[in-house]
Amino acid sequence: MHFTLDPADIAFREEVREFFATGIPPEWRTRVRAGLRLNPEELTAYQKRLAAKGWGAPTWPAEYGGPGWSPIQQYIFWSEAAAADAPAQFHQGLELIGPIIFTYGSPEQKAHYLPRIINADDWWCQGYSEPNAGSDLASLRTRAVRDGDHYVLNGQKAWTSYGHVASHCFVLARTSDEAKRQQGISLLLVDMKTPGITIRPVATMDEKHHTNEMFLDDVRVPVTALVGEEGRGWEYGKVLLDRERMVTASVAVFLTQTIRAIREAATRRTIGGVALIDKPGFRAKLAQYEIEVIALQTMVLRVMADASAGVDSGPLGSMIKLRWSQLSQAGTALWVGALGPEAAHFASVDQGARLPEDMPYAMQGALYARVTSIYGGSSEIQHNIIAQRALGLKG
Amino acid sequence: MQFSYSDEQAMLLESVERFGAQHFPPGERHRLIREGRSGEEAAWAAMAELGWLLLPIPEDAGGLGGGIADLMALGEGFGRHLVPGPYVASCVLAPALLAHGGEALHPLIGELGAGTSIAAAALLEPDAGYDLHHIATIATLAGDTWTLTGTKCHVEDGGDADWFIIPARTGGTGARDPEGISLFLVAADTPGLAVERFRAIDGHRHARLTLEKVAARPFGAQGSALALIEAAVARALCVQLAEAVGSMEAVSDITLEYLRTREQFGRPIGSFQVLQHRMVDMRIACEEARAMLCHIAIASAEGEAAFQRAIAAAKVRIGECGVYVGQQAVQLHGGVGFSDELIVSHHLKRQMMLAIAHGSIDHHRARFAA
Repeated sequence: MHFTLDPADIAFREEVREFFATGIPPEWRTRVRAGLRLNPEELTAYQKRLAAKGWGAPTWPAEYGGPGWSPIQQYIFWSEAAAADAPAQFHQGLELIGPIIFTYGSPEQKAHYLPRIINADDWWCQGYSEPNAGSDLASLRTRAVRDGDHYVLNGQKAWTSYGHVASHCFVLARTSDEAKRQQGISLLLVDMKTPGITIRPVATMDEKHHTNEMFLDDVRVPVTALVGEEGRGWEYGKVLLDRERMVTASVAVFLTQTIRAIREAATRRTIGGVALIDKPGFRAKLAQYEIEVIALQTMVLRVMADASAGVDSGPLGSMIKLRWSQLSQAGTALWVGALGPEAAHFASVDQGARLPEDMPYAMQGALYARVTSIYGGSSEIQHNIIAQRALGLKG
Repeated sequence: MQFSYSDEQAMLLESVERFGAQHFPPGERHRLIREGRSGEEAAWAAMAELGWLLLPIPEDAGGLGGGIADLMALGEGFGRHLVPGPYVASCVLAPALLAHGGEALHPLIGELGAGTSIAAAALLEPDAGYDLHHIATIATLAGDTWTLTGTKCHVEDGGDADWFIIPARTGGTGARDPEGISLFLVAADTPGLAVERFRAIDGHRHARLTLEKVAARPFGAQGSALALIEAAVARALCVQLAEAVGSMEAVSDITLEYLRTREQFGRPIGSFQVLQHRMVDMRIACEEARAMLCHIAIASAEGEAAFQRAIAAAKVRIGECGVYVGQQAVQLHGGVGFSDELIVSHHLKRQMMLAIAHGSIDHHRARFAA
């Protein structure tokens, strides 16, 4: 075992630390620590600043505009971003469709879309889930029918996060009916301005507008919008499985922000003249949380070190997703608990009624955290994946 | 940065595994526990022969000066096969303390490394909880002879010790002053020393000491032993924590195999989703525990305070994960898991004891929080 950073990595850490020493507005802090996304304008500005530095796509290879960092350098980058209360980058373009485009896309698609993703010129959303295709995605029913040089899309998509903001959507649609449900599905890159697309907001329990339903009515997209070959869209999603560990790895690193938020809230609040942070019961709870975060982050570091060494980490990616969602829920709950009775003050009714510090974001974060164990493969699906792929247990 | 063992450490782990499988097969477990120390002696001699008893001993005291990762590789192998005996007490903890006694103690350290003597450190006192700084045992100097009076309520693996290392108070104010603690060496047969021996559920043999004006030999700098004790215990814990990880991975492997082969309702029980998910949770617990070992190794390069804090964190998480995995292994085996015949329940019992050795989960959580 060998755990010390190389001198080059230490120099890199200094460079990243310096970059993050400025340019992170303090008004981002509470939302970032709550695991909430910033406004699209704020995220776009942040992304453009990273892009200008050449750091827009930390996980991408250099030939597609990435910085060509080793996984350990990526870990350092995220750690420093987390320490500076910088946000996680918006992932749908960078981590979901970008890698599929640079792996399977046409030269034209690569040349056009990749730089625009890095520079936040386009905002991508994901058109995968449907009302009857959630965890069982292969049962999707949206159709794309070839008509000359176009595909005509019809169907309904669900949970289209940031569809109301996005300029583009990557859509999975059925182009043929095959014996195996995973076959006959194609992946299409759709401009959101195309006629026939209707976006309707979906109200969620956290009272934040981030997701939508999307209706596709005779949406005509050119055949050049097809990624790779017709009918093989399902396979292309597999490249994401390998990269998924990078996404969960990066967000797991950001849990240290929640720890800071909890500590600050518990330092501010006093009960009988004693700060909550000095009460042994609370200290023990926070210590437990910090220790579990340490375990998770060390698992992340191991995945990154394995990736650097070209070693397969097996089911660690799924394990990290599972544990990260549990800890994001536990952390925000601890934070809300530290706010005490005033955690009940979610929104001002009277003009001038001043919300307590950290509200409403701490509570909104706690509510939002409930979906982290549902999206991106629910915790139950992650259990199935590990049981079947890593442990060889068959249903 | 590299998270796997070096080639040499991997070879060490492999040979410990072979050794464990050969000397401590599950079928021999009951005889072993019945026979106590005499049942372990042949294996102890073999371990001495292999140089393993010398591995943790500092080089300038005549040992091999093994690093943390070397000790972890060894501990992991011990855990996989539930290798019994006072290895950690006599070869890791005791030499780490005795090494502060200068050359005069090298012959004794040599005996520990050769396996011809056993030593244990008597660290815990009544009313102390797991606090190492709580020392009420009093050392008195009369002429040029030190004598000790007090009680040590639990000596980890002290049941077979020929020598006891005893912290006693030579100064400070009150029993809980971190200053004023000194180290003494006492032979087990010294007049005035009463040794009561106990067997634990995992077969380890411990002791309680009552000292009434026991003549003792001081060693190390007088009055400032606490830091030395804490450092030595942390080193000992590296082995025990790795042992816990080895044990939980082994019993989780055994359980996975059982899920694949045991049939009920006409199919392997591993086809039931509720059991699959439990098995996955056991595996995640194993990975978290292993991550905590890595965390210790990372922190060890960042100074003593970071190392101690990492040890405390690891004691919490590995303790929790180990007991969880052991409990679920018993559960998933059903009735036979509860039986004494299968090795499964022995892993749980060892995990329960490891979780309180040198400080319980609650104790270390409080240390981490301090």
